[in-house]
Amino acid sequence: MAAIELNNLVKRYGLGARAVQVLHGVSAEIHDGEFVVLVGPSGCGKSTLLRMVAGLEDITEGSIRIGKKIVNDLEPAERDIAMVFQNYALYPHMSVFDNMAYGLKIAKVSIEDIKKRVHAAASALELSHLLERKPRELSGGQRQRVAMGRAIVRQPQVFLFDEPLSNLDAKLRAHTRLEIQKLHRELGTTSLFVTHDQVEAMTLAQRMLVMNEGRLQQFGTPEEVYNRPANTFVAGFIGAPPMNLLRDANGTDSETILGIRPEHLHIKNASQSGGVIDGYSWVAQVYALEMLGAERLVYARIGQEEVVVRTDVASEVPAIGGTLELIANHHQLHWFDKKTGLRQK
Amino acid sequence: MIERNRFLDWVSHGVLLLGVAVVAFPVYVTFVASTHTMQEVVQVPMPLLPGEHFLENYASALLGDRNGSGSTASVARMMGVSLVCALLIAFGKIAISLLSAFAIVYFKFPFRMAVFWMIFVTLMLPVEVRIGPTYKVVSDLGMLNSFAGLTLPLIASATATFLFRQFFMTVPDELVEAARIDGAGPMRFFKDVLVPLSVTSMAALFVIQFIYGWNQYLWPLLVTTNENMYPVVIGIKRMISGGDAQTEWNIVMATAMLAMVPPAMVVIGMQKWFVKGLVDTEK
Repeated sequence: MAAIELNNLVKRYGLGARAVQVLHGVSAEIHDGEFVVLVGPSGCGKSTLLRMVAGLEDITEGSIRIGKKIVNDLEPAERDIAMVFQNYALYPHMSVFDNMAYGLKIAKVSIEDIKKRVHAAASALELSHLLERKPRELSGGQRQRVAMGRAIVRQPQVFLFDEPLSNLDAKLRAHTRLEIQKLHRELGTTSLFVTHDQVEAMTLAQRMLVMNEGRLQQFGTPEEVYNRPANTFVAGFIGAPPMNLLRDANGTDSETILGIRPEHLHIKNASQSGGVIDGYSWVAQVYALEMLGAERLVYARIGQEEVVVRTDVASEVPAIGGTLELIANHHQLHWFDKKTGLRQK
Repeated sequence: MIERNRFLDWVSHGVLLLGVAVVAFPVYVTFVASTHTMQEVVQVPMPLLPGEHFLENYASALLGDRNGSGSTASVARMMGVSLVCALLIAFGKIAISLLSAFAIVYFKFPFRMAVFWMIFVTLMLPVEVRIGPTYKVVSDLGMLNSFAGLTLPLIASATATFLFRQFFMTVPDELVEAARIDGAGPMRFFKDVLVPLSVTSMAALFVIQFIYGWNQYLWPLLVTTNENMYPVVIGIKRMISGGDAQTEWNIVMATAMLAMVPPAMVVIGMQKWFVKGLVDTEK
């Protein structure tokens, strides 16, 4: 097991004037045994970053340290890592056993040791009865487990996951998420997990690295990222539905953007009288409703700006086209700088 | 299109039977001719039912123990030469093409695309076009009347290289990366992953190239002057004596029948693999 240190990583494709820069100096320290999720929209450079750690992409500038070694010039196999790919990348002509054993065979591990390790991993992943099968005879979820098994048997310092759940259906994805968590608890191996799905990120991460356009936006625990987003990008990216960002409404001025989570906006009942003591209020016009089961989303406009309000299904159903008064508590508001987008104290 | 119509069924079967007859009749005549004596074959009209000299004619052809005006070499020996040549050509082509396609697809080296296009351009220069210089090279190297001379100039293959290149390009990059992470070097990856995945393509190619090698005529005609090194296709030609001399047509036809057997066996035996190789994409 090992810590990972990313030091001012830069990645450029192409040369000279036509070069495209996809990473603009990313630095982060991942502790030994930590489970870190890299999250961001498509094309933000998160997969590139992971592949640079794996050694599948060259490092243009900066350095990566795994454990005590700078690994910039090491081959992937020498970095003591294992990777789980999005499409699993199982060898189609090899049985499940051979798929898991291949790396060990190359590393010249003894046959008994290979058998022991593969069987241990297979029983942990409930694959023992499938060891003789070929990948094409397995379901998507089983293939995914084989891919994880292949990573586990190598007993690496670091696990790298490249969107391993995106090819699974929703139910299996939730189940596998729990399995990965369990696995990490048991093995305690430092893990880097790439995803564009913020639910996956929130649920799996001990800390998460939010990226956008090749830059690190925020690095913190899911609670920190959710409760104190560092800028308007993180505020708008994390959370479903995302945080409402008001540029021109009661409480904002020419230099600030006001952020309010949908669950922190409340509809003021007609029966409640008197002003709001410790907060803000806005008049809004309802234009759509969405019923999600346990909750209802109310879409409304404050002036020109659209907001989403999360309400309890048990509460009164607002009429479409009607006006509401929305209220929020002072301590649940977020303030961002209009120019830089950064969080204000 | 699925039509359920009794009349159309008859028509389509009729057309198919006609096609079979057109293709099969010459083969049948060849067979009939190979079972008669020389005198019976040259009669007009020629008999259309098999005669009684089947074993005699085939034994005579295979062993070459007869006196005739044309070549009387043993067909068994010729079949052996043909078989060795066809196998050498088929396996040689597959081995060389696999390696060159591997280099072109998986390695970045200067002028990679130029090399690829050079290979591709040789498609336009088959043996017949470059036969003069090729003959000169082979004869200068002293390879006339040898297996090396018969096979080497035919082994390099742009078609097969191109086919393997196309196949390798469909192998997902993630598989290459997984192998790199598993610590497999390039040749290890080639041996453990690419070759097993290419087996069906290799089988399809083997069928095509075996028949190509077996049917070679022009090149062996040039480089073999010794009866011992005649492939069977040349042998048939040499048996037909020109001018007024009598040709033993019954023996020639028996040889032709024999020459058809190995390619037919390869096609029939490898049919399943052949179709799989052309259709299947197991990845």
